[in-house]
Amino acid sequence: MALTNVLRRRKPFLAPPTFWLLSPAVVFLVLWTQVPLVLTLYYSFQRFVLVNPDLRGFVGFGNYLSLVTDPAFWVSLERTLVLVLSSLGVTLVFGLALGLLFFQRFPGRAWMRTLAISPFFVMPVVSALIWKNMLMHPVYGLLSWLFRALGLPPVDWLAQYPMLSIVAMVAWQWIPFATLLVLTGLQSLPWDVLEAARIDGANPAQEFRYIVLPHLARTLSVVAMLESIFFLSLFAEIYTATSGGPGLATTTLPYLIFLKAFAEYRIGVAAAGAIFAVILANLVALFLLRFIGRNLRAEAIG
Amino acid sequence: MGSYNLELSLEHVKRGKDLARTSLSIKGWARAHYLAQAQEVTMERIGWLVAGILALGGVAGAQTTITIATVNNPDMIVMQKLTPEFRKKYPNIRVNWVVLPENELRQKVTLDISSGTGAYDIMTIGTYEAPLWGKNGWLVPFDNVPASYDLNDVLKPVRDALSYGGKLYALPFYAESSMMYYRKDLFAQKGINVPDQPRWTQVAQWAQQFHSPREGVYGICLRGLPGWGENMAFIGTLVNTFSGRWFDENWRPQLTSPEWKQAISFYVDLVTKYGPPGVTSNGYTENLTLFSQGNCAMWVDATVAAGYLANPKTSKVADKVGFAQAPIAVTPNGSHWLWAWALAIPKSSKKVEAARTFIYWATSKEYIELVGRTEGWVAVPPGTRISTYRNPNYLKAAPFAEMVLKAIQTADPTKPTAKPVPYTGIQYVSIPEFQAIGTQVGQSIAGIVAGRYSVDEGLAQAQAAVEKIMREAGYLR
Repeated sequence: MALTNVLRRRKPFLAPPTFWLLSPAVVFLVLWTQVPLVLTLYYSFQRFVLVNPDLRGFVGFGNYLSLVTDPAFWVSLERTLVLVLSSLGVTLVFGLALGLLFFQRFPGRAWMRTLAISPFFVMPVVSALIWKNMLMHPVYGLLSWLFRALGLPPVDWLAQYPMLSIVAMVAWQWIPFATLLVLTGLQSLPWDVLEAARIDGANPAQEFRYIVLPHLARTLSVVAMLESIFFLSLFAEIYTATSGGPGLATTTLPYLIFLKAFAEYRIGVAAAGAIFAVILANLVALFLLRFIGRNLRAEAIG
Repeated sequence: MGSYNLELSLEHVKRGKDLARTSLSIKGWARAHYLAQAQEVTMERIGWLVAGILALGGVAGAQTTITIATVNNPDMIVMQKLTPEFRKKYPNIRVNWVVLPENELRQKVTLDISSGTGAYDIMTIGTYEAPLWGKNGWLVPFDNVPASYDLNDVLKPVRDALSYGGKLYALPFYAESSMMYYRKDLFAQKGINVPDQPRWTQVAQWAQQFHSPREGVYGICLRGLPGWGENMAFIGTLVNTFSGRWFDENWRPQLTSPEWKQAISFYVDLVTKYGPPGVTSNGYTENLTLFSQGNCAMWVDATVAAGYLANPKTSKVADKVGFAQAPIAVTPNGSHWLWAWALAIPKSSKKVEAARTFIYWATSKEYIELVGRTEGWVAVPPGTRISTYRNPNYLKAAPFAEMVLKAIQTADPTKPTAKPVPYTGIQYVSIPEFQAIGTQVGQSIAGIVAGRYSVDEGLAQAQAAVEKIMREAGYLR
């Protein structure tokens, strides 16, 4: 404490112009992040239909009004939340389970860990194509073959259970991420505490409930936060596998924005949708930050 | 419209459908996809490089480089392959290709032309875009077509479909209508004769008779993949022949009318009872694969598929495929569509002359001759020129030629429906808002097929969506 104060007080003979040295980076950062946002905001107040150049100009909140009176918009919000929350739940539970599994010692553990984490490195479009055409295809797919071998009628997954299928693809890709972080979290598990608990006669379930889980709380909330930010902008899986359908079953907010911009060429409405997406992402982030913050405080007190 | 990403189906066809091989076909797809992208990037880079070198060298006009954006359909791939022949004739014009799947191409060129970027000198567009873009003043019209080009040889319905206000805005590369394909062998087994002009009630009966999924034959394959150029192209013609229409004379949407309900109920019934599984993910390409593999007893789709299905190199049923006109229900008006992929020059191009030279070459009689010589006559771009249909070589190679010509010549976009309508276009409505409309209605109908909504619910939802779009675009008050 004393040392840092000394360091801070001492003024070097030739003080570097910190402000000026930092400013290019700061200016770049501000431009880089804020210009697209400002432009989006600008376009969200414009009537701008690419294929109809005659209709152009300021429309006030017209685009926003067009969106909120569109039943598809509310469906897409609901679908986005369903997708984010269920993917989050599945990846957290399985990530935790697999993390605990791969933390155990067993022969070939290093190999197994690498293999288990590999789905995370597959590009989303590729993984969606594989799921769609090799696994879930009702005629050529592995699952359909399996069902037929068991004497069951094949299921057309993407038409009958579209959201479940997307969640399965997303989970397959993101469980490794959760596993990886849980593993790193477990590596800092205090063995002495665990030993003390064992001496006191705690069973494995109690060990998990009162020692491992609280220890992992911070890791899990970081996973939840990072994943929900990524899940809010999921696109490739939906674009490749279901195109938002059937009906609106998998039309999430990002996909709806894509449709408005590139299927309908209504840039203004798409921009308004993007503003809603920013608001939604901020709400979720705020909620999670509060949640994590409370967790951290609780930990500090406990 | 239609033949979208044929590489996919080629891979499928070559590799069959058993599991071990499916993986290859997906790899193949990914590769084709990747190549298309990579090709575009390198082409763009080369384009810039060439442009840069030209600018640096200050070479004035000795060499011109044009950039062509096109669809990765087999016919266009042939055009790209024949670039050296073009260069032989016009050594001063270099050609860069941007080859993309249909939907991506459409996005790219729409963005480019509406923002006036000028990245492309030639764009491949359809009969939907040409008149609308011509009206917007985005395209260079073809005013003084040289006599040697023989414009009157180009089929009139196709020319009309590419014109606006009496001006021709694009020259057709190939044109198509829709027709019915069926398995002659299966129909012969049951002693059924298919008339040249079948009716939908007959088709429904036949579909029931031939539907035997255990043997891997489905009664009828139809498009179900949502999209205005996919399922809605087919459904548009079906609604027309049930004497329905998109809009009445005052632009009021008619999607909840009895005709629409009848047509959609009929369609949903047909595909859910006698169609292959996974109808909502089957577009043109998927159905082409299914039929060429022998999985469908009938299929109603683009006439351009005929060349592929009748070609033993690409189809297992080449000697068994029969051809008939697209079925009708109540009225023949609009029972089969009209579409052409055509080449156009955006106003933003700075190399209009060179672009024009290329387009005249690629849509000429000589080009068709050239493809006939090098690729075989069954593979020439169909549907554009009368001379093609008088060429004995083509008539010998293409047993479907007459049927296709008749379909194209009887498709009349100016009278698409039995009742009067304020629009032109058979499987689309010639207004800028139609892409939005077709996309949303297509999704609703896919939802009905998947069993998410009843026919009434789905159509009510579609009607509401279309009303909203039309109100916001100022057609309705």
